[in-house]
Amino acid sequence: MTDDIIGRYENVSKFYGSMAVVKNLNLDIRRGEFLSLLGPSGSGKTTTLMMLAGLQSPSSGHIFLNGRPIETTPPHRRNIGVVFQNYALFPHMTIAENLAYPLKARRMARADIAQRVQRGLEMVKLQPLAQRRPTELSGGQQQRVALARALVFEPSIVLLDEPLGALDRQLRETMQLELKQLHRETGVTMVYVTHDQAEAMTMSDRVAVFNDGKLLQCAPPPEIYDRPTSAFVAEFVGESNRLSGAVAAVDEGGCTVTTDAGIAIRTRPQPGLQRGQAVFVYLRPERILVGGAAAACENRHEAPIADAIFLGDHTRLRIELPGNRDFTIKQNFFGETRPPDLGDRIVFGWTAEAPQVVPV
Amino acid sequence: MNQFVKLWVIVGLAFLALPLLVIVPLSFTSGHYMVYTPEMLALEPDAYSARWYSEVLHDRDWMLALRNSLIIGLSAAALSTVLGTLAALGLSRSGTPGRNVWTALILLPQIVPIVVTAGGIYSAFSDLNLIGTYAGVIIAHTVLAAPVAVITIRASLERFDWNLLAASSTLGAGPLLTFWKVTLPLIRPAIVAGAIFAFATSLDEVVVIQFIGSYDQKTVPIQMLIGLREHLSPAILAVASMLVCFALSILVLSELMRRRSEIYARKTTKT
Ligand SMILES: Nc1ncnc2c1ncn2[C@@H]1O[C@H](COP(=O)(O)OP(=O)(O)O)[C@@H](O)[C@H]1O
Ligand SMILES: [Mg+2]
Repeated sequence: MTDDIIGRYENVSKFYGSMAVVKNLNLDIRRGEFLSLLGPSGSGKTTTLMMLAGLQSPSSGHIFLNGRPIETTPPHRRNIGVVFQNYALFPHMTIAENLAYPLKARRMARADIAQRVQRGLEMVKLQPLAQRRPTELSGGQQQRVALARALVFEPSIVLLDEPLGALDRQLRETMQLELKQLHRETGVTMVYVTHDQAEAMTMSDRVAVFNDGKLLQCAPPPEIYDRPTSAFVAEFVGESNRLSGAVAAVDEGGCTVTTDAGIAIRTRPQPGLQRGQAVFVYLRPERILVGGAAAACENRHEAPIADAIFLGDHTRLRIELPGNRDFTIKQNFFGETRPPDLGDRIVFGWTAEAPQVVPV
Repeated sequence: MNQFVKLWVIVGLAFLALPLLVIVPLSFTSGHYMVYTPEMLALEPDAYSARWYSEVLHDRDWMLALRNSLIIGLSAAALSTVLGTLAALGLSRSGTPGRNVWTALILLPQIVPIVVTAGGIYSAFSDLNLIGTYAGVIIAHTVLAAPVAVITIRASLERFDWNLLAASSTLGAGPLLTFWKVTLPLIRPAIVAGAIFAFATSLDEVVVIQFIGSYDQKTVPIQMLIGLREHLSPAILAVASMLVCFALSILVLSELMRRRSEIYARKTTKT
């Protein structure tokens, strides 16, 4: 194991009774990264996180921290910070006492503790509230305390389980920025659980997408967005037009898929595809070009507009394409180019780079 | 209709409180008998005195009984509270196997007729040479009082946020430190309430102790029974009045504890 891998799951499975909630997980956590575990509710994200924290134990497989297996290390000796979804602040202690708790548990010198608590409070801008109790704080403030408490003892990894789930949207966005900034300032490794794909995309260095206990893909956000390797990832992250078909030809320059409705789609070379294989082709609505821009595209079509919705920063066009009657195009009409009217025929197309082909 | 119900409630409460209303004034009689004299009814000051209270406080038998009640009650309460706290914690955790069976077993002494329990304890204790000893009575009372403590403490754990214990462990605190710094402070009001109820249970107990206690271990209620049999004097009324006062203060105290534990619970469940 190399130095830049701080944590590793090796063939980890977790069963509750006969139900597998984590299935043969292999995942590396890189030192200093912000890794998001993304997936729908019940996909095993929390369980994955809690096994690293030591609050759940794997049914099989091994988990390594800094190169050493940690099965036999109890949670209080793992030096992993956890931010729980409901914050889990100690209600009978003040904010300062909450922050001092992990330091006292480590038997630090009193002066050291005071200094670190002070720094922790500054980090999350809560100095004036040091003597308050958690219940006297707003949700966002409690969130910050939980964060500071998980960071104040300089853990090797901080785990966050949907920490912004209970906050309203505006506060969420502020906290996302603050969290990202904290990550940059402290340089600590963060593993962040969320079911909100937009949140995972904006915050992470890498995103690990889970479904039904399986890790489907782990990659940086642009790759997850543009190069999903499975139908689930393509549909869970962002918006896509799906066309189903079969691979008609594979050659040096790329491959051709013929959809069930008979449209031929030319794409860049994509590994692992075989002639005759049933596939889905995914096209992001904003990757589809309209009018003159479409002239140079390998894939070009002309069709009437079934719907046009002006949304300010873009206009959504619906096209009834054979095989997908909700084929959506996002286009920013600006200046000279007038948004088309319903029923207008438009030319649209996409380059061979745009389609992503995944096995059914 | 509503008025009618109210009336019945008042009648019912009066019926329950009547013995107290009769006993407490009568305990202040200056006479020798447990009856209201015409002078008392006329509210003559001479008819009233605290002589029976002072009699009780200077009587060797009563003082022995009081001492026994305190020794046995406090010991049984302490044991019940420690065991009850541990049991309640174990029974409330979702991971504990066979929770329902354990709960039923622990609560059994509350359900089985007391005479049956007493008989069982008697036969078990005679083999162990615990009959007629303080240890025997204390253990027996612990058996009876522990379920009361368990019930009280478990009620407060219903709303306990177990995540706090998980949080404590990830923050570097071992199980023992977590217990002292997190669990105990949060359930303390319930533990105190449990201890009070356990003490009251022991103080009230007159059946098992008659099976396994000797004269040396006689408690206040036993002394009252003896008093009723031997010399019917207003001293019993004085003791009874004191017990009523004690019961009332327990009621007030436990209500205060309940409120505090409710506040704690609200604090822990609010996010
Ligand atoms: N203690 C448990 N006992 C039984 N099943 C559990 C337990 N914890 C979680 N599960 C189940 O495991 C699955 C995954 O849960 P979880 O890891 O919490 O998913 P997520 O955090 O992605 O929503 C869910 O179906 C859940 O019901
Ligand atoms: Mg979860």
